[in-house]
Amino acid sequence: MGRLRGTVTLTVAVLVLLLALLPQAQVPATPFTLITRDGRRPVTATLVNNQELLALDDIAMLFQLALREDAGAGSATLSYRGRTLGLAANQPTVSVNGRAVSLPAPVVQQGRRWFAPVEFLQSALAPIYDQRIQVRRTARLIILGDLRVPRVTARIDSPGPPTRVTFEVAPPTGITASQDGSRVVVRVDADALELALPVGGGGVVQQIRPGEQGNTVVLSLDGGVGSMRAVPTTANNVARLTIDLQGGGAAPPDSADTPAAPRPPSPPSTPVDLADVLGPRKTGQTIVIDPGHGGADIGARGRAGTEKQIVLDVARRLKTLLEMRLGARVVLTRMDDKAIDFETRAAIANQNRGDLFISLHLNAAPSPDVSGTEVYYLQPDRDLELARSEVAKTTVAVSVAGGGARPIEIVQWDLAQARHLEVSGRLAALIAESLAARTSGAPTPVRRAPLRLLKGLNMPAVLVEMAYLTNPAQEKAVASDDFKNAVIEGLHDAVARFRTQIEETRTR
Amino acid sequence: MKGRNGLLIGGGILFAILLIATVLLSVERFVPPRRAAESAPPAAVETATATAHITATLFYMAPDGRTLVPVRREVPLATLAEALGAQILTELFAPAPPPYVSVIPKGTTLRAFYITNRGDAFVDLSPEVTTAHPGGTLAELLTVYAIVNAVTVNLPSVQRVQILVDGKEVDTIAGHVDVRRPLARNASLVKGT
Repeated sequence: MGRLRGTVTLTVAVLVLLLALLPQAQVPATPFTLITRDGRRPVTATLVNNQELLALDDIAMLFQLALREDAGAGSATLSYRGRTLGLAANQPTVSVNGRAVSLPAPVVQQGRRWFAPVEFLQSALAPIYDQRIQVRRTARLIILGDLRVPRVTARIDSPGPPTRVTFEVAPPTGITASQDGSRVVVRVDADALELALPVGGGGVVQQIRPGEQGNTVVLSLDGGVGSMRAVPTTANNVARLTIDLQGGGAAPPDSADTPAAPRPPSPPSTPVDLADVLGPRKTGQTIVIDPGHGGADIGARGRAGTEKQIVLDVARRLKTLLEMRLGARVVLTRMDDKAIDFETRAAIANQNRGDLFISLHLNAAPSPDVSGTEVYYLQPDRDLELARSEVAKTTVAVSVAGGGARPIEIVQWDLAQARHLEVSGRLAALIAESLAARTSGAPTPVRRAPLRLLKGLNMPAVLVEMAYLTNPAQEKAVASDDFKNAVIEGLHDAVARFRTQIEETRTR
Repeated sequence: MKGRNGLLIGGGILFAILLIATVLLSVERFVPPRRAAESAPPAAVETATATAHITATLFYMAPDGRTLVPVRREVPLATLAEALGAQILTELFAPAPPPYVSVIPKGTTLRAFYITNRGDAFVDLSPEVTTAHPGGTLAELLTVYAIVNAVTVNLPSVQRVQILVDGKEVDTIAGHVDVRRPLARNASLVKGT
């Protein structure tokens, strides 16, 4: 007995020692899910130095790559069918086909293991791979190949009776529901689903969970169900399926046509969706234009005027043009020469539910030789990048008038832009292209910077530096109507093209 | 009694000497040889005169006007990281040596410089950094990252830099670049990287 105890103590001591000797803490994080034609499988993520990273040996195995390490040089290569990419420890860039591709976090080497951020798959591996690789960090999905993976959100609008459950699918695609004993199976016309389901149930619905097949969702019901009515609609580029469930034995709501059973008024607890009342809402319907600076904050100075005056003039002209030609609703963050802080600008844009945001500025440089137009979108810092994975998760239930609860999404003020980065980048590219065509013809670069204003915007957002007030030729030009008209025409072209592109991707 | 006390004190001193010797010897053994070699020069310089200088990398406007260029400059040596950081920034805020052009607004001075245990440095600037700034996203990016890069490149213990103006946290220094939190080095703004 004593000997056994001794052995156990020794084993525990050895284990503790081994644990203590392990290289720096590698804490497992929530795994990502790899979706392929064959199904789903988890991909382990590891927290290394507070960064969420994937182990490259796992990636090599999953994607059939050869990982070779040059231990002495602190570098490694990954090859796939004769194509190779090079990595170096602690570098936030990867060499792909001789080009440097930047990553949101550096590559990490710990002992014999190599780690890289998940974006590595899309930005570095995809170019040498023969299938499309798409990373959706917020949903923790890695999609391999051309698969249709729409985002499906479910919510219990009202516990009822009847219990009302709404499903939303974006981009829109076919969605149907069928009753199967004590459960309802919702089927989406897709290869797989990016799901956002409520945690608990409500009314006759006990639970909403992913189905056995990759494209189904199951509603488990409390006891027998008398009837189900499912109404599909498509509005605002979202396919909606509203399911009303009656408890066992109740008359089906469809029979309400008969005079004997007048249809009861809608339960007050069902919230009215303004979008349904106002009709379908077009993408790019509300455009927010932000004339930079204002009041005591003059911005850059030139002989022809100050930045705050010129950008306000351009913003007013742009508003008129966009309203006239595109029939859009255009909101200006300031109509006159007054100082407004960053929070107020973001609040005006967010509360008006802007579909896109353009901030207008004039640039300055230490050298008078620098000229040109530049389009910026947000370069998130590391905290923001990490938080991207958390953004979609924060859903809370709030009580609604008449009882019941409705889940609403909470987005941290400072992280609002995180989920729009990709689209903001596309908007920036379109604006850069259109402005170059309309103004000087010189290439207009798209740049990224940690811009204070853009962080709180819950919509695709860019900042346009129209010209350099420190450059004598441009300073003279910006005062002219020709220049202002060229800029607003260029911005108009870009906004029109952006709207078309978004429509196309949503209806595809 | 007195003799006993003396014996105790003597024994205590002997024990302390032995303890220190053991610690020193074991430290010697565990420090890799490369590190030991590195640590030798600063120890020697500590006793050097006030004219001792070291070469630091400062950042000025690159000839293209859009990026920063690293320039090696002599700055007065200080042994403590905080004092050295202050010397480096003071040199950066001084007029640039020809043919370089400074990206720091004229009149900007360093009010304070300190480093936290987490490797964040705080650079407290005089209000001129805001009031004398020419504005514009580009000029502001150059100002912010000339400071952030100068500190992080020269002081390996510093990972990130937080800019303060007149002792207070600010949103931006000229209306664009977010400086509410510590910023890490930006290599993409530096020419040739």
